[in-house]
Formats: sequence, structure tokens, C-alpha cells
Amino acid sequence: MLKAEIKVLLKQGVLDPQGQAAEKSLSALGYQNINQVRIGKYLEVTLNEKDRTAAEAQVREMCTRLLTNAVIEDYTFELVEV
Amino acid sequence: MKYGVVVFPGSTCDVDAYSLVKDVLKQSVEYIWHQEEKVTGFDCLILPAGASFGDYLRCGALARFSPVMKAVADFARQGGLVLGLGNGFQILTEAGLLPGALYRNTSLQFRCQDSYLKVENCDTPFTREIPPEQVLKIPIAHGQGNYYADPETLRQLKANGQIIFRYATAEGEVTPAANPNGSVDNIAGVCNESKNVLGMMPLPERASEALLGSADGKLIFTSILKYWEECRL
Repeated sequence: MLKAEIKVLLKQGVLDPQGQAAEKSLSALGYQNINQVRIGKYLEVTLNEKDRTAAEAQVREMCTRLLTNAVIEDYTFELVEV
Repeated sequence: MKYGVVVFPGSTCDVDAYSLVKDVLKQSVEYIWHQEEKVTGFDCLILPAGASFGDYLRCGALARFSPVMKAVADFARQGGLVLGLGNGFQILTEAGLLPGALYRNTSLQFRCQDSYLKVENCDTPFTREIPPEQVLKIPIAHGQGNYYADPETLRQLKANGQIIFRYATAEGEVTPAANPNGSVDNIAGVCNESKNVLGMMPLPERASEALLGSADGKLIFTSILKYWEECRL
């Protein structure tokens, strides 16, 4: 089986209110060197599939159709053997 | 005139919309379950507010794939009137029937309060009965009503008169302080290019009777009725 580890983040340029709030809190905790915090989502999709090329194409399609919204989000993923 | 109120698992304001049409507008109305593949005999479809599918993944992202949405898209393509309120607006953007996207309020707060709306285009089926310069007092209740569109989309929205409502002060001034959720350009509602699909985060079904604190929302529905009557002639 193959597992897709998908990371979703708001696009650069789309304001990330959660990231900004966490950023302020880290600064308040005394971390002086915080440049930016961004908060996104992590998704795992396990596939009954051995062919990496087929799995890759399928994960990309699933991300485009449902798992992410291209208007505001970007995604990356890795396939790992499970 | 016959309205259809689409009901998704998790919809919560379907009853508000239904009773508005039946009791306030005195028009005929039916619920449409989200598994329906056909919608026939309706003049206007309402996608109601509330957290369809628990707002899982993204607001509206799962509802957008309910079987009924293909029928809603066909209905819209044929010029039928579609009104998305709150979550209904989110579903319409996820479905690509309206441009842009809605995400978390910049305040990170769920905002449940009155909002004042400047009407930017009174020449649509949804706004034609609204006196120019009238500011509408209509409440909002959402945590993810922050409207985003990229600069190019925004430019097109402006050029085509697709921005319908903007958050303003009670006097109708569009200011950053009057923006309850961080929406780009204070946008509260947009329509498609042909102006027969409208999405808005404020909830007119909660402000269509004086007893509820404002009857301004009713102007949207009387506009729809007037449009429909004229189309029938």
C-alpha cells in the first residue's frame, strides 16, 4: 500500500489569521526571532495501490477536486510505502 | 412563485428560509433533500445557512458534491435564480458557481451581530426593489465569512458589477471598522456574471419581519418576486 502525506497551506498572499495569532503569542512568550508562522492542514490518504505513478496522479486529482481549494490553498504531498 | 429550499445534512437555517417564503412572502415552497438528482418546477432555489456536513474539511466543500448540486448548476445555467445564504454562499463558491472563496474571519471569532450593507448594484433580480442609497440592516452569524478573491478576479467582479453588498456603517460608509470578518474590499455578497446566482454571508431570512429587529432583508425577496412576475409576462 501507499500512503499520501498531504500538506495544505494557505497561498502566500492570502492572509493567515491563525498563523498571525500564533506568531504574536510566540513573540509574547519571548521568542525574539520568529519571522512567520503559518498554519495549515495535514492529511493522510492510504491507497490500495502499488504503482507510484498511478497513485501520484490520483492524489493530485483528489487534491484538486476535493481536498484543497485552489483559490486560497496550495498543497504538497509525499508517497510512502506502508 | 415556487421556491425550493435545499436541505443538506447539517443545514440549520433551512426552516428559517422555508417559513420566510411560506409565512412572510406567502409563496409556495418545498424542501429538496440533497440526494435529489432532479429539481423541476421551481422558480428560485435557496441554499440555506448552517453547517452542512459539519463544515468538515472546508465550509461547503463536501455539500458541493451532493447529487442535488449538479441539478442546481443546470438550473443556474438555464437562468434560474439561485440564492446562497451563509453556508449556501460557501457551497456556491466551492462549486465554482460563484467566484472567490470564504475562509476564517481575521478576528478568529465567530461573529453574530447586525451588519449594515451598502448595496453596490440595484440592477439585479435580487436587488431591483431596493431604493438606491438605502443601507440594509441584516445580521451575520459566521466564523468563516472572510471573502477572498485574487486581484484579477476582483477586477473582473468590479468591472461586471458583480459585487452586490459591502459591509458599511449604519450611514452607508464602507470603512475597515465596519468589516466584521476581514473580507477583501468589505465584500458581503457577490453574484455570477449573468446575475442570476447570488451568494451573501448576511442572513436576510433573519431580518424580513419588523418583529425580528429589521425587515430590510425582505427587499431581496420582493425583488425576486417582482423579477419573476415580469419574466412571466
